[in-house]
Amino acid sequence: MEKGLPSASIETLQKRALILAAIRSFFWERKVLEVETPVLSQYGTVDQHINSFSVDSGFDQTKRYLHTSPEFAMKRLLAAGSGSIYQICHCFRDGEKSRQHNHEFTMLEWYRTDFSYIELIREVDDLVRMVLGSLTENYIVEKMETECITYQMMFNTYLGINPFSATIEQLQNCASTNNINISHESMGENRDDWLNLLLSHLIEPQLGKGKLTFVMDYPASQAALARISPYDVNVAERFELYIDGVEIANGFQELCDSQEQEQRFIADQEKRTQTGKMQIPYDKNFIKAMSQGLPECSGVALGVDRLVMFALGLENIEEVIPFSSEIA
Amino acid sequence: MANYSTNEFKNGLKILVDGDPFSIVENEVVKPGKGQAFNRIKVKNLKTGKVIERTYKSGESVEAADVMELELQYLYNDGEFWHFMDQDSFEQVGAPQSAVADVENLLKEQEMCTVTLFNGVPLTVELPNFVNLEVTDTDPGLKGDTAQGGLKPATLETGAVVRVPLFIEIGELLKIDTRTKEYVSRVKD
Repeated sequence: MEKGLPSASIETLQKRALILAAIRSFFWERKVLEVETPVLSQYGTVDQHINSFSVDSGFDQTKRYLHTSPEFAMKRLLAAGSGSIYQICHCFRDGEKSRQHNHEFTMLEWYRTDFSYIELIREVDDLVRMVLGSLTENYIVEKMETECITYQMMFNTYLGINPFSATIEQLQNCASTNNINISHESMGENRDDWLNLLLSHLIEPQLGKGKLTFVMDYPASQAALARISPYDVNVAERFELYIDGVEIANGFQELCDSQEQEQRFIADQEKRTQTGKMQIPYDKNFIKAMSQGLPECSGVALGVDRLVMFALGLENIEEVIPFSSEIA
Repeated sequence: MANYSTNEFKNGLKILVDGDPFSIVENEVVKPGKGQAFNRIKVKNLKTGKVIERTYKSGESVEAADVMELELQYLYNDGEFWHFMDQDSFEQVGAPQSAVADVENLLKEQEMCTVTLFNGVPLTVELPNFVNLEVTDTDPGLKGDTAQGGLKPATLETGAVVRVPLFIEIGELLKIDTRTKEYVSRVKD
């Protein structure tokens, strides 16, 4: 690549702009309020698998963090009575660089008050179809079905195992018989790591082939900020959308209990300490706002760059953003 | 022993896998929005050339393989080892038969070779893509038969036997492709 030139073509950027305009009109018509929240915060995510960039102030010796998602600030607005809101913003994740990852990427995140996560799945489906259909040369979406499967059904269909009851040994055997070569010692006894290994290597590449595949009802141990199902304590009300083997969106029936939220943060911080990760203060302002009462809502984060990639048939995220991390 | 983090993985990086030296030929990061990320890599065994797949948890460290590539001059074979010399330092290393097996019968004294050392011991020896070698034995040449036509075996000074055109005679210098071990052309003078 010639130095100084963009990693995406101008033609791609024009189509990207059309997609962004289509997203905004989608929410305008549905009367969802567009908001902008801070990118730089004194708090960060404590999720042990997400790494924040930290920024040092040269003036007052404080440390701040670039957000990895606008979730906390948007929920503070929800708690203040904003009603349904959406945001299109850049998020930053250290160490994430691949054909589908760039350190800085564009997230579309929205929250629907009084929507269940099932209703939100329908809206995600509507949005993706509208966006893909807005590009006149893209007729693929009309032929694509929408498929909804549970996490449990997915593992059963593709690997013949039950992710909720399989023993570590069964998960290990499943990896070995499918030629995944990994040190068992480094993986240890962490069920979620084994499930993620099987999912990412064996199942994901097959998901959403010629269709929109929604996976729902994840193990409670992978809840993140989702509510635990009132009907089954082992299940978190969380969903993901896959298209063409790529994860496009992740949504939750949002956890509204501030005490449970704070406990999850503390548990996450402990895991970070155990694994020697950077210590980051969890968002106290978010907990305070939540304790004032976060309305019942569901929310979803969607990777705009990946949606543009699929819409335009491009394989590398660098081709849909003007300047990828290497040349930013 | 040096280590690499999976964050440093890139093509060409030399790592140890089960005690053997490997070179990374493909590195794919599988990172879900939530949960543990993995590096799926394809690595080539530097001894055998065989490519295998491995997965590491992202963030893990992997032992580096002490592998060096040097341009060395081939000196002689003492019956057990093939001796090479660094032309700057005059240091010598002896390569075992396993390292030269691929090129043994094309290896001529004073030829410059790419020698890959693993823990200081030659692991593989690569010749330049083309070498010039003299014919020491072949059936008599057929004068005038310079068009395409039959081939015949010819023995080269290093012991290799290659198929050559019928007009080639003993004492002629031939250009040989070391990758295919095939005759390319005659070398004038």
